[in-house]
Amino acid sequence: MAKLGKISGGDLVFKTLTGVCAAAVLVIMAGLFYELFRLSWPSIQKFGLSFFTRNEWNPVTQDFGALSSIWGTLVSTAIAMIIAIPLSLVIALFLVELAPPIIAKPVGYAIELLAAIPSIIYGMWGLFVFAPYMAEHVQPFLSERLGFIPLFTGPPIGIGMLSAGIILALMILPFVAAVMRDVFQMVPPMLKESAFGMGSTTWEVTAKVTVRYGIVGLVGASFLGLGRAIGETMAVTFVIGNDHSLSLGLFNPANTIASTLANEFAEASEPMYLSSLVELGLVLLLLTFVVQSLAQLWLRSINKGMGA
Amino acid sequence: MKKVILIALIALIAGAALAAGITLNGAGASFPYPLYSKWAYLYEQKTQVKLNYQSIGSGGGIAQIKARTVDFGASDAPLKKEELDAAGLAQFPMTMGGVVPVINLAGVATGQLKLTGAVLADIFLGKIVSWDDPAIVKLNPGVKIPKQKIVVVHRADGSGTTWIFTNYLAKVSPEWQKSVGSDKAVSWPTGIAGKGNEGVAAYVKQVPGAIGYVEYAYAIENKINYVSLQNQAGKFVKPGIDTFQAAAANADWQNAPGFYMVLTDQPGDKSWPITGASFILIYKDQADFSRAKEMLKFFDWCLKNGGETAKGLHYVPLPANLVTLVQAMWAKDIKAGGKPLWP
Repeated sequence: MAKLGKISGGDLVFKTLTGVCAAAVLVIMAGLFYELFRLSWPSIQKFGLSFFTRNEWNPVTQDFGALSSIWGTLVSTAIAMIIAIPLSLVIALFLVELAPPIIAKPVGYAIELLAAIPSIIYGMWGLFVFAPYMAEHVQPFLSERLGFIPLFTGPPIGIGMLSAGIILALMILPFVAAVMRDVFQMVPPMLKESAFGMGSTTWEVTAKVTVRYGIVGLVGASFLGLGRAIGETMAVTFVIGNDHSLSLGLFNPANTIASTLANEFAEASEPMYLSSLVELGLVLLLLTFVVQSLAQLWLRSINKGMGA
Repeated sequence: MKKVILIALIALIAGAALAAGITLNGAGASFPYPLYSKWAYLYEQKTQVKLNYQSIGSGGGIAQIKARTVDFGASDAPLKKEELDAAGLAQFPMTMGGVVPVINLAGVATGQLKLTGAVLADIFLGKIVSWDDPAIVKLNPGVKIPKQKIVVVHRADGSGTTWIFTNYLAKVSPEWQKSVGSDKAVSWPTGIAGKGNEGVAAYVKQVPGAIGYVEYAYAIENKINYVSLQNQAGKFVKPGIDTFQAAAANADWQNAPGFYMVLTDQPGDKSWPITGASFILIYKDQADFSRAKEMLKFFDWCLKNGGETAKGLHYVPLPANLVTLVQAMWAKDIKAGGKPLWP
């Protein structure tokens, strides 16, 4: 006990306790990976790599290939990011740089409120309000004008990949915008005022000073949004159509890993079916892991570039 | 003062826990869920015995009773005798109902559109894609069918309702039997999928030209247009208590091992072709005598006194002779620690 020297009594307890909690996080993560691996092992053995390359989801013949789920996850997330990130950036810039406080404050509160709405509400709104709107106005218009592009083909029923992607975008937009706004608010006023003092226009200050200063935070916010969009379940399940088919047309129904798990897990009774579903879960976990690692690497390289 | 309040609170909670009767736990099919919850409510008012029923689907019900986390499981897909014996389970029917195809087609009145089983199968196979297809028009002379694309809606989750529906399609369409088959979840050739009977109903109501299948009560309560189907005798019938009962009347329950009975495509002029029973699964060897006795008393009350409630919710109560058979099975097979539990 004497070896521990200066740490003793309450400090020792505190250090041990916090250390144990931190270690618990690692243990839980390792346990998660282990359990998912163990339960999906029969499916991994049976299907191997073809699980990722085939599109076949047949509970009757117990033949499973998850291509449509993986594709759906990636495409719906991509649509959400393409729509949400530029919009969030613009909204955050507006709120911090351009809006007078009388507008900025209420809009800021509204954004935070939107970010807190449970995702199932978005799903219900999507099903009852948004999908009919898409079916009646947006999709026929897009088929007419842009129907020659294979992306804009499919039955215009309002329920499909595009609607799911847009609902996801609406879900992550307030969240990402709120984080980006906080990032911009942390830019030291001194920096901006120095730039203004040298005669820069508002645009030059915004693009070259504010955004550049906050780029690390912006990238971080985007990846937070990406992480949320990849695993989003209920909002997507309501409007994506839950069909295990693969097609380029965005109006066609599709499915994501999360929606498949939500729909089919409770009822799956055959061991191979369950094992394949757990393997899907493992794929989603690995996907999230890879995305987060890429984010960390990218952030690190930006920091290095900025001499941090 | 604080101590007094604390003691009072503990006494209150303890008292409440003791005063309450036991709570039975069940899980399974969503098909009979509205009925079971109504029965549980009425029974609790009489006897203080509560029921906690989780509508997680037939597959979930079977899994949970096998895992012994619930007192009874509920499934629309009956288990075969071998599976029952292997798990030590007893099975009996509790109620019957019908699965109805529902449509969203402008200009056609409820129950007006006539379809045959073969045409229905072709629609769900994706071979008939438009409502004004000659096969449909031929069956409906004089009905003004709009030119509209058919949007097939089916279940996203595994379900006993799907089991009953695909069982019927497999019987009337050899191609369906070969290419899709019959199970709680299948690989649907076409269409969008909704979660639960509620999800399918919502999609069919939303999407013009849609066709789906739901349990009868959902079609009535949500006021969705349903179709008339041609039964085995060649007559076109509308879904309803009388046509469900007609389908169930011919079933030979006496000779069904483990009460395994499928009621689709039954003979009879008035039979509705997509009828099904919903079953309860309990262990033959019960662990707790008094708890098991309460459970059987609940089922007995439902079977004997729950008929009017069932009809009010558009389910078919079991006929009296079937109730006698079920209770004879209880007397013979259900025991706790070697002692028979019934009567």
